Amino acid sequence: MILSRRAVLGSSAALLGSAIARAQTFAGSYQPRAELVADGIWLVRGVDEPINFANGGAIANIAIIATDDGPVLFDSGVSLAHGQALAALAFKVTGRPVTRVLISHLHPDHALGAAAFPAQIIHAVPATRADLERDAEGFSDAMYRLLSGWMKGTALVLPQGDLGNGPLTIGGRELQLLALNGHSQSDLALLDAATGTLITGDLVFHNRAPATPHADLAHWQAALDHLETIPHRLLLPGHGPPDPADEAISQTREWLAWVDASLRQSVASGLDMTEAGEVPIPARFAALKFARYELQRSVSHFFPAIETELLPKTAP
Amino acid sequence: MTTRLAAMIAFAMPTAVLAAPVAANALPTDPLDSPMWEFHAQRLFGKAHVVFDHAVRVHIPVVAENQRVFPVTVDARALPGVERIVIFADLNPIPVAIDYTTLTSAPFVATRIKLDQRTPVRAAVLTHDGVWHLAGQWIDAAGGGCSAPPVSRVKGDWADHLGEARAAAWSEGSGQTRLRMTFRHPMDTGLVENIAAYNIERLTIRDTDGTVLGQMSVNGSVAEDPAFTVMVRNGGHPIAFVAADSAGLKFTGAATAGALRMASVDP
Repeated sequence: MILSRRAVLGSSAALLGSAIARAQTFAGSYQPRAELVADGIWLVRGVDEPINFANGGAIANIAIIATDDGPVLFDSGVSLAHGQALAALAFKVTGRPVTRVLISHLHPDHALGAAAFPAQIIHAVPATRADLERDAEGFSDAMYRLLSGWMKGTALVLPQGDLGNGPLTIGGRELQLLALNGHSQSDLALLDAATGTLITGDLVFHNRAPATPHADLAHWQAALDHLETIPHRLLLPGHGPPDPADEAISQTREWLAWVDASLRQSVASGLDMTEAGEVPIPARFAALKFARYELQRSVSHFFPAIETELLPKTAP
Repeated sequence: MTTRLAAMIAFAMPTAVLAAPVAANALPTDPLDSPMWEFHAQRLFGKAHVVFDHAVRVHIPVVAENQRVFPVTVDARALPGVERIVIFADLNPIPVAIDYTTLTSAPFVATRIKLDQRTPVRAAVLTHDGVWHLAGQWIDAAGGGCSAPPVSRVKGDWADHLGEARAAAWSEGSGQTRLRMTFRHPMDTGLVENIAAYNIERLTIRDTDGTVLGQMSVNGSVAEDPAFTVMVRNGGHPIAFVAADSAGLKFTGAATAGALRMASVDP
């Protein structure tokens, strides 16, 4: 119990920059903005940064989907106040209160804002609920450490409704749910039938290096293979700008493939973890923000296991 | 608080050089402004001359993604006449992680340590002239690196793999051979309830003829399943190493530069 919580604390401690002068000022207020990206779909862009005090943890993209029963939120933000601000924004653009909140996966920037909603309207794939039951307390501790006042009043609210692969109609709006995994043990994506908008959660990053704290790279690649077969007009990634040009899936795929190959090459060359995190990043990834930062996180996530796989056992 | 921490540190510092305290004003001002600088400096360096020196390179990641396994690489090859490299973290309850006597080896060492909280991570490098050259950085970390049980203790399989060693060596040119060694070991700090301290204490690296190429004291603040990289100079001969733990067990291994057959690698 203690172990899993500590491990979670560490794996989510996404703090960047000088820690010495981290003066704790009062938290600000969330000012999310909705951008209409398709008929009845608004994108609320997260800041393309790691979670830190300055951005209040509002780094994940959130989608608002209008239906006849009221708006559906795809992901909930990081905190009570963030979830409340998103609810107010959804009301402002649709004129109705939020009817349903879909949680794509366990990570706190997507899931902890559920605190702002009644549990019965929060739905997720059962595996995501299990992930949250295991890890959310540790995430919450880590978020309070990083975000302090921004997290005020944020209590853990677990999703009550179950989602699964297949069609889901809410308020007359037909959605196709895709229950996949690879970024984490359970990742939800959805396709809006009317507009051909594919909302991927963190299975797809765009112009922002993918984060891998709970990733299975082979499963993630398989999920990307599947997403690529789904015809869509617009893709809304979990982090980064919307992707009308169909480049984000392959960008995510190429980064993950490179990270895996690079780490293996580093182990095979005898490099240590610090050195593996300092290798040159190919120019083709120049558009990806926080590439160095995410490479170094991925070194932490994968390097020891690759070393166990590749370094030969020795006898005296 | 400070007193208690100080007591813990003094107790948990078997490899440090214990020397008579000197006047605090003999020490240079700490560029990291650590609350524990004078305490550690007096105990580690005594009356020796101490300088902060950019010739000592301490490589750490920008983020402590896992406070149980935090990689640190120290490269002092820009300094002539190096004798020892000490890696320590001021605010760890077991501050000194390793104390490496380089002998004929190049002054380069990499390992992974635990972080119990936000702390300076430093290298202190002793040269022939008796001067300690220091460098380091602050790193933020969530708590518990030293005071949560090791993964293998929780899984319960630590004894099944105890002492399993992996190693390989690579020729680095100019007579240097990079030797990388990993061991399965819980590296218990003694700071976890009901788990006594139990760690690898000493790592010795030898040439085929028995000549010691380098020797390292190792403390419980080195990460579970410890990994070490050193850079020996022995003309490319086979290298043997032995790690001894605090229960008296010895774990041995060997590697030869260039003779490595890696498992499938697809770069």
